[in-house]
Amino acid sequence: MKYTTVVGLEVHVQLLTRTKLFCGCLNRFNPTQPNVQTCPVCLGLPGSLPVMNRYAFELALKTGMALNCTIPPLTKWDRKQYYYPDLPKGYQISQYDLPFSSKGWLEIVTDALPSETKRIGIIRAHLEEDAGKNIHDESGGGGDSFIDLNRAGTPLLEIVSEPDLRSGAEAHAYLDELKLLLTYLEVSDCNMQEGSLRCDANVNLHVQGDGGQTIATPIVEIKNLNSFRGVEAAIEYEAKRQFDEWQRTRHKLGDVPKETRGWDAARGVTFAQRGKEEAADYRYFPDPDLVPVTVSEEKKRQIRDHFCEFPAAKRTRFETQHQLSRYDASVIVAQGKSFADYFERVAAACGDAKQAANWVTQDVLREMKERKTSIEEFPISSDVLAAILSKVGQRKITTNSGRTVFAEILARGATVDGTELVEQIIAEKSLAIAADTGELAPVIDAVLAKNAKIVADVQGGKQQAIGALIGQVIRQAKGADPQVVREMLVAKIAALP
Amino acid sequence: MSNAITSTTASQLLSGMAAGDWTAVDVATAFLDQIQAHDEQIKAFLRVDRAEVLRQAEAVDRKRRERQPLGRLAGLPIALKDLVCTRGQATTCASRMLEKFVPPYDAEIVRRLRAADAVLIGKTNMDEFAMGSSTENSAFQITRNPWDTERSPGGSSGGSAAAVSAGMTPLAIGSDTGGSIRQPAAFCGVVGVKPTYGRVSRHGLVAFASSLDQLGPLAGDVAGAAMLLEVIAGHDPSDSTSVDEPVPAYSMTLEQPLSGLRIGLPVEYFAEGLDSEVDAAIHAAADFYESMGATLVDVTLPHSKYSVAAYYIIAPSEAASNLARYDGVHYGHRAERFNGLVDMYAASRGEGFGREVKRRIMLGNYALSAGYRDAYYLKALKVRRLIRADFDRAFETCDLVLSPVTPTPAFKVGELINDPLAMYLSDIYTISANLAGLPAISLPAGFSEAGLPIGLQLLGPPFSEDRLFRAARMFERETPWHAKRPAL
Repeated sequence: MKYTTVVGLEVHVQLLTRTKLFCGCLNRFNPTQPNVQTCPVCLGLPGSLPVMNRYAFELALKTGMALNCTIPPLTKWDRKQYYYPDLPKGYQISQYDLPFSSKGWLEIVTDALPSETKRIGIIRAHLEEDAGKNIHDESGGGGDSFIDLNRAGTPLLEIVSEPDLRSGAEAHAYLDELKLLLTYLEVSDCNMQEGSLRCDANVNLHVQGDGGQTIATPIVEIKNLNSFRGVEAAIEYEAKRQFDEWQRTRHKLGDVPKETRGWDAARGVTFAQRGKEEAADYRYFPDPDLVPVTVSEEKKRQIRDHFCEFPAAKRTRFETQHQLSRYDASVIVAQGKSFADYFERVAAACGDAKQAANWVTQDVLREMKERKTSIEEFPISSDVLAAILSKVGQRKITTNSGRTVFAEILARGATVDGTELVEQIIAEKSLAIAADTGELAPVIDAVLAKNAKIVADVQGGKQQAIGALIGQVIRQAKGADPQVVREMLVAKIAALP
Repeated sequence: MSNAITSTTASQLLSGMAAGDWTAVDVATAFLDQIQAHDEQIKAFLRVDRAEVLRQAEAVDRKRRERQPLGRLAGLPIALKDLVCTRGQATTCASRMLEKFVPPYDAEIVRRLRAADAVLIGKTNMDEFAMGSSTENSAFQITRNPWDTERSPGGSSGGSAAAVSAGMTPLAIGSDTGGSIRQPAAFCGVVGVKPTYGRVSRHGLVAFASSLDQLGPLAGDVAGAAMLLEVIAGHDPSDSTSVDEPVPAYSMTLEQPLSGLRIGLPVEYFAEGLDSEVDAAIHAAADFYESMGATLVDVTLPHSKYSVAAYYIIAPSEAASNLARYDGVHYGHRAERFNGLVDMYAASRGEGFGREVKRRIMLGNYALSAGYRDAYYLKALKVRRLIRADFDRAFETCDLVLSPVTPTPAFKVGELINDPLAMYLSDIYTISANLAGLPAISLPAGFSEAGLPIGLQLLGPPFSEDRLFRAARMFERETPWHAKRPAL
């Protein structure tokens, strides 16, 4: 029996604002000092009133537009009502039937579709206030609970995808692409550890029935997902579990209430969470303390005019303009805007984008990882890297020597810009390619004389044997260009009797 | 002398203090003495801190002595309904739930009153969370009508109205969600104003029904109400529903009569259920305006018959939501004994709220629940729009609408408290102004044979408070009603 996994994701991202969504308290991750970023509004004290943070709304708008959503001219705030200790007003200010954006899409690339993209629908994105945090003291018998309201009222964007994802890997790719877009837009830092990006997955199966018809199985919502890899693994696990369940129970969508399961990352399994006894009735209604928000065409135009180049467009441009492979383009773009900019500066300055791509995706990335540093803090500036690559490109030094210079600059810990240091190291280490073939000739003659056996092999048609000769020449004549050495060797051997 | 002070209007007190006839301490002392003498019987105030009041008055006197600039209400005592947040001082909403709640901030109007050098004399009794029309729903005490202590002062701002009526304060702040300023003003024979929705900041007003609530003045005369509204009205960025509209100098234009005034009489309002003495007084008032050159026109408000029904869907829906925060977790009453989280909510709310509050929370949650929302809440919102449209149409042919405030003069304490529906219906003439967001004034227009005050209501288009004050003053100047005070 065949089945398809069907996945929709609900992603919550915290917006990078200075202050909260409806009051002037700081929006900052601060778990060590609970309840210091609070005021009567976010504490829900009697008589307090919310005032919308216009900047937060603008960030949300920017995101909705970047996700190709329809932006209606009017949106409003609703109260979602439920009791929980971390929700001081007894309701969350959210958006119900008139979200500020809906019906968009995001294009993803997965390993399964190496050269094509897949468009994942966005049902809606809406803005809401975050709740605080309950902290349960599990020590003294687990009796005490504490509440930290630092997070209460911080702006949260909920992005709900269509159930267009077909595997854990696609879900992972969607999250990667979404996170990349949000960081390019500078609307969120998407830090899953600090909770600034949270994700729930709705998963079910489309099973092929005996008559060829498609049967949908009950939808399960998976919570507690704390990494993209976890999302992927949980979906894969859940699909198998649901298929087993289908084979045992034959439960179809609608036969049983929607189940909520948690993800146990350590054991790699999902587990049933205490189900809500009855479907929650949030008793939504328009918040009478807030006025509807209008969005003008002018406002949308302003935002569009200030858009940066999005990751997808940048990848395509790198492929066409810089002739990069899709893989290299993806790797560079995935490192973030600053890294992509660094690459472009290097490519422009050295005139060889392909080389620049090789170096940034291998040498620079490797060193960044080892040093756990960002591209902004990387000791070799784009000018300096470009200077090294120019030397290589102009055959002033070999690629190997280029790496030596690169390593030497890193070793010195210097962050000096300018290219003098490059020149200096080349001189100090005598890395310059000896362009004068006159100097090389005696070395080559000596090597040929000493290696009659290899020469004979080469003459006998064993072309690869010449590599050993090149190696010996270069060991003796530092800075010699292997290409030149090879040409000279070939010529000399050919001239031998 | 104290008797002279407590029967003096707010504007005369201001000029008397400016002229040096009285100090702010003289004035405060006189009203504090009046409270001390009579509030045992009336029970208008929940808390009066004599020493603190005198400190405020002394500060005003000192400023005056030192010739520092003084605010517009310098030295004038003002009572606050106990749902206006006062920093560092209990604000209970007459509820067990908030019995020990001390706000860490001042309401915007308190900030404005302090800046105007007013003397905040005390917090007045009310129906719990402003839910009620008799002040009997207070968790702490029942306020009596100074004209007849067997009778209710009305509600929910019954404490504020009774305090002004009994000469315990020249001015008071009330809140009006469905008539809670105007009805008690009518019952107690004082002037009360429900401003246009958005005219006065709600920041720091403990919410009952956010889209209907509006703070307003109660005073012994129209000038006092105008003076107080002038200070508390105006745009406040901390209240998103506050309207950025300039505040006219009401007290400057007050004495200018309106010429060519067209007064609308809603035909639906003069029907069954209206007490004959009230009917007579309102018609006499209409005749008065006609004698002053106004034209009387019949207007129809065809949807007014649905106003009580719509109101009792919308107000409880918002109230149920606004009162959800009182869960015993963060502040307010928490039950001593409970078994788990849900039980803590239930026990704390069960103990903290009174019957009427619980009734409205249940009504509201029912009206908003899945499956009923469309039939109740959304339908009520449609009716609300139709009621506003009725008024918009009426104001095409008239400048003001004249009507009773209440169907009857003050009812007896205990008379309606066990008949919620009859109690709700007593708001029939006042509720529409809240649903439509319109300004309205209630002013004394006569007495019943039993000696109970009868109120007259004038309603105007949005932001026509200046017109209401001028029209009310035309009536007040030529009639004796406002000058009469109850014998305590």
